[in-house]
Amino acid sequence: MDLRYSPEEQEFRGEVREFFRSVLPREIRDKVALGRLPSRDDIVRWQRILNARGWAVTQWAPEWGGTGWDTVRQYIFREEMYLADAPEPLSTNVTLVGPVVIAFGNEQQKRHFLPRIANVDMFFCQGFSEPEAGSDLAALRTRAVRDGDQYIVTGQKLWTSYAHQADWMFCLVRTDESARKQDGISYLLIDMASKGVTVKPVMTLDGGHHVNEVFLNDVQVPVTNRIGEENRGWHYAKFLLGNERILTGRIGLSKSRLRRARDLAARVPAGGSTLAASHAFREKAAALEVELKALEITTLRVLDEVRRQTGTAQDPKISILKIKGSELAQATAELLLEVAGPHALPRQEDWASGADVACIGPEWAATAAPNYLYLRAATIFGGSSEIQRNIVAKNILGI
Amino acid sequence: MDFSLNKEQTMIKDAVERLMHRHYTFAQRDTYARGAAGWSEAMWQRYSEVGLLGLFDSDVGGPVEAMIVMEAFGHSLVLEPFLAAVLLCGRAVQRAGGGSHAELLQDIAAGRLLMAFAHTEPSSRYELSRVATRATCKDRRWILSGAKSAIMHGDCARRLLVSARVAGEPADPSGIGLFLIDAGSAGVRRTGYTTQDGLRAADLVLDRVEVVAADVLGPPGAMFPLIQELADVAIAATAAEAVGAMQALHDMTVAYLKTRRQFGVAIGTFQALQHRCVDMLVELEQARSMALYAAMMASEPDARSRSAAMSAVKVQITKSSRYVAQQAIQLHGGIGMTTEYAASHYFLRLMAMQARFGDGAHHLNALASIDGREVLPAA
Repeated sequence: MDLRYSPEEQEFRGEVREFFRSVLPREIRDKVALGRLPSRDDIVRWQRILNARGWAVTQWAPEWGGTGWDTVRQYIFREEMYLADAPEPLSTNVTLVGPVVIAFGNEQQKRHFLPRIANVDMFFCQGFSEPEAGSDLAALRTRAVRDGDQYIVTGQKLWTSYAHQADWMFCLVRTDESARKQDGISYLLIDMASKGVTVKPVMTLDGGHHVNEVFLNDVQVPVTNRIGEENRGWHYAKFLLGNERILTGRIGLSKSRLRRARDLAARVPAGGSTLAASHAFREKAAALEVELKALEITTLRVLDEVRRQTGTAQDPKISILKIKGSELAQATAELLLEVAGPHALPRQEDWASGADVACIGPEWAATAAPNYLYLRAATIFGGSSEIQRNIVAKNILGI
Repeated sequence: MDFSLNKEQTMIKDAVERLMHRHYTFAQRDTYARGAAGWSEAMWQRYSEVGLLGLFDSDVGGPVEAMIVMEAFGHSLVLEPFLAAVLLCGRAVQRAGGGSHAELLQDIAAGRLLMAFAHTEPSSRYELSRVATRATCKDRRWILSGAKSAIMHGDCARRLLVSARVAGEPADPSGIGLFLIDAGSAGVRRTGYTTQDGLRAADLVLDRVEVVAADVLGPPGAMFPLIQELADVAIAATAAEAVGAMQALHDMTVAYLKTRRQFGVAIGTFQALQHRCVDMLVELEQARSMALYAAMMASEPDARSRSAAMSAVKVQITKSSRYVAQQAIQLHGGIGMTTEYAASHYFLRLMAMQARFGDGAHHLNALASIDGREVLPAA
């Protein structure tokens, strides 16, 4: 047993760090460093830079562009990405739809979609949740009725991130009303430019436009855009959610937020000195660092187990990473909010969303509130913490 | 990065678990605890036979081996003085004793000699460098006077490893020496007692106790780094022990939720209780990760990095064990409060561990005193 990174792994870390340092466009880095949202153009531009290096879809099978790195290298890559203030590769494309197409798509679909997904020639959003299907996702009601070589899709999706920016949506639809609810669902890829697709913004707590309602009104979808078998979509989605949860820990991002809180606290006056000198602040920051260290090791342990035993992302321990990782994301954002103090008060969602407008007050403080507010959703999306606890109770405890 | 055990480590794990399985049921443990010594001499010989008592020796085993043994011991709430006599005193003698103490080490490994580490004092609390016991040199002999408290297994130890100040003020890291004394020496007054978790301990009053030059470990006045190292070894060992105990307690709680019926159903069908059980598991897994971290960092040569890491370990272990133990009692209900049921004994051990080698608040304070963008060493 040796938990230290090997010299080769450290060398790899150096290589990745240098790569990010040299190719990440400054204006994108500055936005991310300040906690502002990268624009659609920023996301596409960055992913194409990664793709040109062969690093956009590191976790995919090597024949489709993956790097073949082991879990430790994948982890190092992600961590360095967050520490470099680089945006993530587009998660809907890279983490969510890509692996499903690789695992369950046919050859033609793979050849058509995968290179476009990797290069964000197709920008995907996820059409899963509905007004009546949140945590109980399998209760979804959007209907797809077969009509020759087309499906006619009708229904409503909700909380659809990126729908206002996306060209495509991967979507769960009901294709069999009579089966058990999990066994009547199919997985479709829908062109957002199709007739009958309407996107309406839903504004969230932070004032930002992250999520949408998507109305599907007799949308024609070619049957060739169905991934895998009809009525097996639920099982593909479950596979996919495991992928999502491994990464929702986002420890590197929380680490970087904590580092930022400590840096900024040194500039904030408090009690005749600075906030960084206050013992209460220092204890809070230290306690978070301890929990992040523990979660980092827990993550590497789970990744190691996933690799050795099952080779899939179905391990229920992944739920533990989601529970703890989302809580620490919230806690680090909360610490930053406290550091910002009264500077967090101006409501300026345009600036936080990356718009070219003047910032009220110091820039370093302007995103503290929006990030804190948006991250209240971290324990809700991707399977709420309560759903994760149900999963663990059922699978690990056997209750 | 590699999480797997090698062949030798797997063999140690199997050997210890086999011993625990055969000889350390809750009922057997109870018999040992009720004996005069408060632990089992027969078990001690068995540990010696399978080579555990030589684990202070870095040629025999390192921090990973210690972790394996301590986790299994925590799982069975072992009563024997392994941590005190072997991991702490054995190591101290080996690191500082030079060749002249080879016989001592052989005796420890063979199970013939019990030693205890007499460092903490009535007013030192968790501050490692606060040593008020004095050692003065006179005619090539050292004379020790002072008081020591809460010495783990100090009641039965034949020899005591005593820290004492040869120079400086009470909290100076420099000026501390380590001395070997016989428990029966003139001027030693020893009071043995049982601690909350069923282990034995002793308080000590030293009144002009004489120590010959041969029984001085290392250069007197420069032993603080070794004391710090021992404290770090102890934290790593305690972390593994806590993980073993938490695992046992968690398993017990899950089993109870499946069998205990109220309102006509197993109480484990209630979501509120299920979720609590999951939160216990999350805490346990976080603690396990930090026990692994401790095993990795225990051999870190840079003392500041190592001690910072161990502080982080103790912070997490304290937090996790408090949560797991408290919730285990809560989920068991009344039966969890009784001493005839094992859960209460796990609770006591986990509670007592918190007050040994610095509690969570002490170590969080230590971490908060470090400057930097990160207080933990980079991996």
